[in-house]
Order: sequence, then C-alpha cells, then structure tokens
Amino acid sequence: MSAAATAIATSPRDSVENWPLLDRVGYYAAWTAGVALIVVAATIVIYLAIKGAQYFDLGMFTESPTADIDQSKSGGFKDPLLGTILLTVMATAIAAPIGVAIAVWLTEYGRPAWLARAVESGIEVVAGTPSIVLAIFGLLVFQQQALGFLSFEAEGNAVFGRSFIAAATMMSLIALPLVVGGTREALHAIPGHVREASYALGKTKAATIRRVLLPAARPGIGTGTALGMGRVAGDTAIVIVLLGATLQIQRGSDGLFGLFRGTGSTMTSYVFFNSPAGEGNAPEKAYLAAFVLLIVVMILNFAITRIARGRQVSWSR
Amino acid sequence: MEPVAPPTLDERDVILTPPPPVRRILVDREPNVVPPGPGRPNGAAPSTPSTLTATRRPDASPGPKIERMRADDVSIAYGDKEAVSDVTVPVRQGEVLALIGPSGCGKTTLLRSFNRLVEITPTASRTGVISLDGEDVDSMEVTALRRRVSMVFQQPNPFPMSVFDNVAYALREQGSRRPGKEELIDPVADALERAGLWDEVGDTLDHPALRLSGGQQQRLCIARALAARPEVLLLDEPCSALDPRSTQVIEELILRLRDEVAVVIVTHNMQQALRIADHVGFMYLGELVEYGPADQVFGAPREIRTREYVGGAFG
Repeated sequence: MSAAATAIATSPRDSVENWPLLDRVGYYAAWTAGVALIVVAATIVIYLAIKGAQYFDLGMFTESPTADIDQSKSGGFKDPLLGTILLTVMATAIAAPIGVAIAVWLTEYGRPAWLARAVESGIEVVAGTPSIVLAIFGLLVFQQQALGFLSFEAEGNAVFGRSFIAAATMMSLIALPLVVGGTREALHAIPGHVREASYALGKTKAATIRRVLLPAARPGIGTGTALGMGRVAGDTAIVIVLLGATLQIQRGSDGLFGLFRGTGSTMTSYVFFNSPAGEGNAPEKAYLAAFVLLIVVMILNFAITRIARGRQVSWSR
Repeated sequence: MEPVAPPTLDERDVILTPPPPVRRILVDREPNVVPPGPGRPNGAAPSTPSTLTATRRPDASPGPKIERMRADDVSIAYGDKEAVSDVTVPVRQGEVLALIGPSGCGKTTLLRSFNRLVEITPTASRTGVISLDGEDVDSMEVTALRRRVSMVFQQPNPFPMSVFDNVAYALREQGSRRPGKEELIDPVADALERAGLWDEVGDTLDHPALRLSGGQQQRLCIARALAARPEVLLLDEPCSALDPRSTQVIEELILRLRDEVAVVIVTHNMQQALRIADHVGFMYLGELVEYGPADQVFGAPREIRTREYVGGAFG
C-alpha cells in the first residue's frame, strides 16, 4: 500500500467515498450486518404480533389443551402457560442460590487455585452442553430406582423419570452459568478497598460477604438470574424429554409435592406440538402461543435492563 | 544532569518553598469555587482555600500525650522485596503523627501493619513488635484489634446501605442487623457529630450513603471508623480524592479528634502534614529516615534526604 493511501485510510475526517476500496467494502459490510439484524428482529416481532393478534382469543389463556382433531375443541394453553411459570420458578429457585454460592467462592476465596480453575472449567462445560444432551443425561439419572420418588412409577416399579423436579433440576444447569457470570462480574466490580474497609472495622470475611458484598452485587445477581430465567423459559428439549410434555398437567395425589413429581408441558413444547412439525398441527394456536412466549421473555429482558441500570452503585477507585 | 546545589536556605524559606504538585484530585463533586452562603452548615470555610499557603494550624493540643501504640524494629516484606525496614515509631494520643515520603516508600504498608491489615496480602511477612497499650497486637484477636485501631482509606468507600447502617456497621455483631435502630441511634448520632456530619445528614439517616458528596462520604467513613470508640485512628491519604474545601473540613476534623484518639495519617501532601501534624515521620525506601516534631522536621531537618524532600528537590 502506498504512503498516500495509508494517510487517507487513517484520516477519520475523510468521507467514506474517498476511502480505499477494501476499506469501503469492510465499512459497508459492517453497516449492512447491523441493519440486517434490525430487519430480522423487527420482522420476527411484527410477524408474530400480526399473527398473534389475528388468532387472539382470551379463551386460549383459560382453557386446558385437549387432543382433538377439531381445532375448535382442542382447547387453549392454560396448562402450558402454568407449566412455563412453574418450571421457570423451580429452576431459578435451584440455580440462583447455588450459582451465587459458586461465584462467591470463586471470587472471594478461590483457593487452591487448581480447584478454582477446575470449577471454572466445569461452568464452561455446563454452559457449552446442548440442552438436549442435558435432557438425555437427566433422564438417565432420574430413571434410577433410587430416585423413583421424584417422578411417577409404573406397575412393577418402573421409574418414569420425567417430572417437574427432573426438568427443573436439569433446567437449572442452563441458568447456573448465567447466574455465576452475573454475580462474579458484580463482585469483581467492587473495589478491593471496600472489602478492606469492612475488615478494618473488625468484621470477618464472612460478615463482609453477607453484609457488604452480596447487597452491593444484588443488581448483578438479578441480571444473571433474569437472563437465566429467559433461557429456561425458552428451552424446548428438556421439556419434551424430561417434563413428559403431556398436554395437561398430570399431578400426583400428594399435594404440592405431587405437582412437582407430576408432568406437564410448557409454551415452547406447546408451540412445537402445534406447529406443522408436531402432532397437534394447529399453526394458528402455535403462532399465538409463540407470541405470548415472546412477550413473556421480552418483559423478562426489559426487567433485566431496569435492574441493571436502576440500582447501580459506584465507588471511586 | 546538573549537580544539585546544597541547600543554603534558612528555615523560613524551606517552609515557604512550594513542594511539587504531588496531590491528585480525582473526585471533585463539591463546588470549591463558589463561596459558601451564610446559612451553610459548617460555614466556617473561608472563600479562599488555604491549601496553597501552608500555615501551621493550632500548635499543640492542651490534652495529655499518652502513648497508645508503638512499632519496634518493624520490618515488612512482600515476598523478597522489603517494603519497611527496622522502623521504630511511637503513636501518641493527643497528637497527630504524619508519615510522609515519596510513593512506594513503605508508609502505607507501615500504617496497614498497625491494624494487621497487611496480613491480607498473601506474600507479606513481618518481623518486629507492634503493641497497643503495651499488648502485642499479634497476640490479640484480629477483629478485636481492628475495632480498637480503626482505619479510613484513600478513596471514600461507604458501604451500599443507608447512612445510619454505615455508621452502625461496626457496632453490630458479625453479619447481623441487630441490635436495632432504637438502641444504636445514640452512638450513631454521637459518631456523626464527632465527624462533623450530623448537621448535614441528621435528618436523612435512611438515605443511601453513596448519594453523598465525596467530602461527605469521606467524613461518613471517619464517623464509621469512630463509632466503635477506637483508641487509634489510621488515615491513609484521606484527602487525596477530595477537593480543597472538603480537605480543609477534614483537616479541621482531624485536629479536633486528636485529643480523644491517637491519629496517624499517611500523606503525599507535605503541606497537609505541615498544617496538621504534631510529629512527622519521613520515610524513604522503607526506612524511617527522620522522626521528630513537625516544626523540626520541616524547619530544621537533621538528615540531608529529609531536607531535599521537604524542600521539593526530589520525590
């Protein structure tokens, strides 16, 4: 490249038209990629909004789905909607405390170093495992005879291995890396002198973590947890393999625990079944359900942004 | 390089020679240009900051001088690198001890050894004896020691909780929120009063502490450190992140506090040391080069290194 060309390329005030060809191609490619993303996102939302509005029916929210060829009799998605909420809450209830504990140990203790590295690798492995693999593995675990009480058992003690507990446990592994990541980031953002200030007032490390660090990290914990909830609400593979994907919620007789060891479906599996690929074959219901799911996840994402932005605290460094 | 002429100035000139601008002002949240209005609390602040014309403030405190802490032959190393070597220095109640010296001379390390905070650094090792009221600090419970020897840091670092909870922090049991507000309001108000902050935050104790201005935050940190009624107060460059007016408020506060607690302050700012210190320790490359009354160290330093430093020749 000539000296003149270099000078032109590095001068930021020049208009794009004067740039060397290669630079212009790169610039327009980057610009196009950005705009294309907006187009895709907008198309998804608008298309689903139109389809959803077209098939909107309040009855869909209050009727349980039934298996019927006649689509006017196949009901709504009350059970899948409840299933999504229940599964998300259960998975979060498992993932959040464990994730925070892992992050606190990694950030504040992390000794011996080899163990900390191993834990980090473990998180990466869990984060990188496709959910269908987690699902199959979960089935293997929860079909063990010893864990039979966590799901239904058939005649002759064959363990079904599919239940809200089983699905929520494996779902929590999806949310876990996000909770750990959010918490670690928040703890790293707290300057060291804030910890020392607490020690210098005669507090132990444990008291410092409980009373200073965790409250300060709360926005980060909230962000990670909300991100994890979004992932849990959106996953299909684990629902189909581990939740039984029964159209209606099937619960055991023993109260709340009976519900937990029961089976059900979620909005994602409902969309799958009613899509042309599934057995229900009611695309219009799938569209409405997909739109509702999209709204739920978008509200969750909006909440994340608010949490992260709203309560940020900052120290001088 | 030109050979440096030996200082031939008399004592007065040494004092008046401005040292190099070592102070860094990172946070400047309070207006320090506009003179404060008549109704302002703590309205004693003059419209011209006196920071640049260092004059000795009230010379000696009338109270008795009691030795509270003492370092004897203290050496501290990080790994192989010695940061503090063979320092012996007393810390007395009723006066302010300032540790001065260039960056990396070990003054902060020495300060952090008084409350054993230096032990947090995994590679740090210490020899020698540090005693509090005649008792070896190594034999004390570290949390108990740190309640008696409190510390304020360079950066204002209130905890992300209310003003009240910040000050009450040291008074509560480890990790607990008890005792409650009613029992703690008196000691909290007392600490805020001693830190000169009560007039400004007394009505808004439940507001988040991080919303205060930089200078108020630092006084809150001092109140927090005073709440457990410590015997020694360690200050690690407490004003280096503050504007001149907040600095002045805190310096006045330190002078008021020296009768009830022994005060040790680490500072880069020699004018600050000159303004508030009763005794000064000059450290260089880990050694305590010179220790003496502030007038003597600044006016008639015995060591040539001290003379060059306070004269602004190096550092």
